[in-house]
Amino acid sequence: MLKVSYYPGCSLHGTAKEYDQSVRAVSQALGIELKEIDDWSCCGATSAHSTNFKLSIALPARNLMAAEKDAMDVMIPCAACFNRFKTAEHYLKKDKDLKAQIEGIIGGKYQGGIAVRNPIDIIYNDIGLDALEGKVKVKLAGLKPVSYYGCLLLRPPEICQFDDYENPMMLDKIVETLGAESRPWSYKTDCCGGSLTISKTDIVVKMVNKLMTMAREAGANCLVVACPVCMANLDMRASEHVRLPVFYFTELLALALGLKGPSGWFKLHHIDPRPLLTGLGLQ
Amino acid sequence: MKTFLDEVNERINGVPIQRCYHCRKCTAGCPLAFAMEYNPNQIIKMIQMGRRDEVLGSSTIWLCVSCETCITRCPNEVDIARMMDVLRQMAIESGLGAKEKNILKFHEAFLSTIRLGGRINEPIMMVQYKLKSGDLFSDMAMGIDMFMKGKLPLISPRTQDMKAVRRIFENTKQ
Repeated sequence: MLKVSYYPGCSLHGTAKEYDQSVRAVSQALGIELKEIDDWSCCGATSAHSTNFKLSIALPARNLMAAEKDAMDVMIPCAACFNRFKTAEHYLKKDKDLKAQIEGIIGGKYQGGIAVRNPIDIIYNDIGLDALEGKVKVKLAGLKPVSYYGCLLLRPPEICQFDDYENPMMLDKIVETLGAESRPWSYKTDCCGGSLTISKTDIVVKMVNKLMTMAREAGANCLVVACPVCMANLDMRASEHVRLPVFYFTELLALALGLKGPSGWFKLHHIDPRPLLTGLGLQ
Repeated sequence: MKTFLDEVNERINGVPIQRCYHCRKCTAGCPLAFAMEYNPNQIIKMIQMGRRDEVLGSSTIWLCVSCETCITRCPNEVDIARMMDVLRQMAIESGLGAKEKNILKFHEAFLSTIRLGGRINEPIMMVQYKLKSGDLFSDMAMGIDMFMKGKLPLISPRTQDMKAVRRIFENTKQ
């Protein structure tokens, strides 16, 4: 049994609750025990680092310090939270003066002994594709997703240290292991404009539509993501004439592993994925 | 006297931006360049020329979404994404405010929601943003749809130790 600290982050309690539920279901099925960080608080996301550098380090640092009490690596499904935690870790380890200031701001000590990880990395590297394949009950035949990694899992590469930052493959290989046909495309790391989705919707619609158009051109019938901001943005902002269903990768894992839950989660999507799945005999 | 360039470099605290030789790789890869007033490499040049008010008063610094493509591809390791953060912070401090007012209002609504409960409750954050921006009616149908799906809970778990959260905000006040 692999044990990790779990930081769901704010979205996973609200607009991305199907991501939280599918992460928990898949973790249990794969033997990953989650212990939610005690009394966690928000990482500050884009809004903190856009306006106040020290705040943007101190907010995730408080959670890192809380996680250190349990002495286990932290698993963070949200790409935005993952990026803020990795950035805080980077600065705290690199800059001693800043570390002292941040410790003073919070009133605690940062040891730096635990790693910040995303579930894609844990499933790919710790569980492994062979073990995953052995647990697949329903091959996702006919599903042709493009894997959309977006920005915050990958960049900047020396901070995220996640996968090849121009052509990441971990997510592609995971969905292929589930029996889906991962479609190659050139837009897997292009930005969807997530943080402007509320304040600059007109710009974001153009960005999202381009991604959807390119996914179609690549022969995909859906997109797979690992970020609640990308999900909300792609799922809700794409225009009707180009849109394709979008899945959290953990929803596809749960579907392939034959777990309970997917049908309830799919109802929560804005672009209903059920006609596609029913058409393929997957639901 | 410190020039605008000195100030920006000091705050970035990394590779000095004059290392830029304007290959425009940042601009070529920037997903928001199409909507920007000045391209990322133009901003670097303008900082070197001391055009402070034009830079801090531009839409560019607010439209940057911090996707970090520029720093990832820059052959000189100029941290343009960090530079944009620095410029936004300087614009706020200088009292110039934000050319893209609603983007800053969104950030303010987001942070004041954390201050209130330690975590983001999406409906509370949206109400705060709508009151601040005056943009009351956009996304109403979508909001109702999400509410009906139980994705916008009015009450969600908060951070218990709010003293710790408030302490962070107090101690990082600019």
